[in-house]
Amino acid sequence: MTADLAHGLDPAARAGYADHPPRMGFFTDTSVCIGCKACEVACKEWNALPEDGLQLTGMSYDNTAALNASTWRHVAFIEQITRVPQPLPGAAESGAPAGDGSRWLMSSDVCKHCTEAACLDVCPTGALMRTEFGTVVVQDDVCNGCGYCVAACPFGVIARRETDGGAHKCTLCYDRISDGLTPACAKACPTESIQFGPLDELRQRAQARVSELRESGAAEVAGARLYGHDPADGIGGAGAFFLLLDEPEVYGLPPDPVVTTRDLPRMWRHVAAAGAALAVGALVACLRGGGEAP
Amino acid sequence: MSRRPGSAEPGGARGERGERPVVPRAEFGSYYGRPVLHEPVWRAPGAPGYLFLGGLAGASSALAGFAQLSGNGELSRAAKVGAAGAVGLSMVALVHDLGRPVRFLNMLRVFKVTSPMSIGSWLLTAYGPAAGGAAASAVTGRLPRAGAAATAGAAAFGLGVASYTAALLCDTAVPAWHEGHREMPYVFVGSAATAAGGLGMLAVRPQRAGQAVRFAVLGAATELTAKSLLLRRLGASAQPYQSGRAGRLMEAGEVLTAAGLAGAVLAGRSRAAAALSGAALLAASALTRFGVFEAGRASARDPKYTVAPQRDRLRGQAGVTRGT
Repeated sequence: MTADLAHGLDPAARAGYADHPPRMGFFTDTSVCIGCKACEVACKEWNALPEDGLQLTGMSYDNTAALNASTWRHVAFIEQITRVPQPLPGAAESGAPAGDGSRWLMSSDVCKHCTEAACLDVCPTGALMRTEFGTVVVQDDVCNGCGYCVAACPFGVIARRETDGGAHKCTLCYDRISDGLTPACAKACPTESIQFGPLDELRQRAQARVSELRESGAAEVAGARLYGHDPADGIGGAGAFFLLLDEPEVYGLPPDPVVTTRDLPRMWRHVAAAGAALAVGALVACLRGGGEAP
Repeated sequence: MSRRPGSAEPGGARGERGERPVVPRAEFGSYYGRPVLHEPVWRAPGAPGYLFLGGLAGASSALAGFAQLSGNGELSRAAKVGAAGAVGLSMVALVHDLGRPVRFLNMLRVFKVTSPMSIGSWLLTAYGPAAGGAAASAVTGRLPRAGAAATAGAAAFGLGVASYTAALLCDTAVPAWHEGHREMPYVFVGSAATAAGGLGMLAVRPQRAGQAVRFAVLGAATELTAKSLLLRRLGASAQPYQSGRAGRLMEAGEVLTAAGLAGAVLAGRSRAAAALSGAALLAASALTRFGVFEAGRASARDPKYTVAPQRDRLRGQAGVTRGT
């Protein structure tokens, strides 16, 4: 599948849904996230996800640590503490309150529901599928736990649950949205940091929000940028995208992920050439009869 | 080292172009040094063992086919038996590595060219019975015509079995594997031929093993060349292949390859020396597969191997945009 083919195309239509609802997604605006973790809890409750470790990481208020087979929303806490108090550049002109330059970044991470989804591409059983909403879900009754999706995901989202051997990840609450409900995390979010809706609408809203933040002149949000919103990026754009206040890697996100299957045609060509070379090698080795070593 | 592998420490892009940051940069170019990717759930010895055994089986079938054509029945028979045994064991390793082994047949629900594992499952489905049939016919001497057809089928499908595993590993987000996707198929078929040649030297009298020796020499030369090209092209991203457990495995593989090759050429008619050389080559091939496997896992564990190349790519693109 070439990048050109995927660009601008609607993934549900590409998957064969002739008549389907608009592509649905998440816009997570981290500038208003307060780190309450209501999304994590609501997700666990609605999806009946098992507990997957109760330990203190010792690195911040984040004791969830990462997305996993039983953690489909993960709130990252980044404490950027400046020891020496200093006025923020630009604070005086904008009238924003002066601070010491310290800030906390919080962001609720989730499956990106990629337009070009590596997990779905590499799944050898067809357990991973595209829904009519353009999202990506695992059919638990088909998955045989091969783990290929785990290695293929460029975001470290999908994982295998050791208790049942199957791969699991966010379904964008396929059951709820099929009934016209909002996904549990977005429903529970008290600040509308997690917004759910048709992807086109969310993208427009996100552009407006990022402009608003930049124009506000407030130094804390000067680095506002969208992540995963662009259909021309390495995954054909995400179905769940973000407004971030710093570089993606600060939040544990890859700065420029590319779906691995974009290179697969080239890999197959090299595999074919290597296979042919092996045949030639065996032929050459056997040109002389079964005689002695050279 | 010409290129820094990037930083798990403070912001990779800090202070570039003399730009004054409005807000202080994050204290790290990663999230508390945690990995961006999930480490593959595949485990040693099953997964790298499968890579080794699949290579050994596929290349042995190719060797068996041409050895039979050349009239070397002794080598052909040994290679067929080795291929059947190796593919049988490799199936066990494969199924064992599944999270839900009883559902292994779900692999055959679909045929997907976008999934090397799907292609591999179908290849094995075609190859396994052919390799088994070829070996059974060679050992019992029964059904020679069916045996010849099975030998030809096993040789053809064996080429696929020995080479597709490179795409299996490289078609992932694992940096050390994915970035090596140009050279990996040649490393893998080279390693497969080394192993198959080694098995022939181990199983057949030296008088009849000349073809196996030549196959192993060609294989080892291919493997070593492709490996050095891979390491050179990857630059700083090649570090996972050169350090830690993976580095030691790869190095041990190279030492044993050299020892096995020297032994193969110098062994002459000594059965013991030839067998020892063959065993060394088999072990060398296995060590290479385990090394490649471990290098991938190490590269997934450390966020710098994910973040730094992507940052470099973005910087390159930004440079191009500014230039135009």
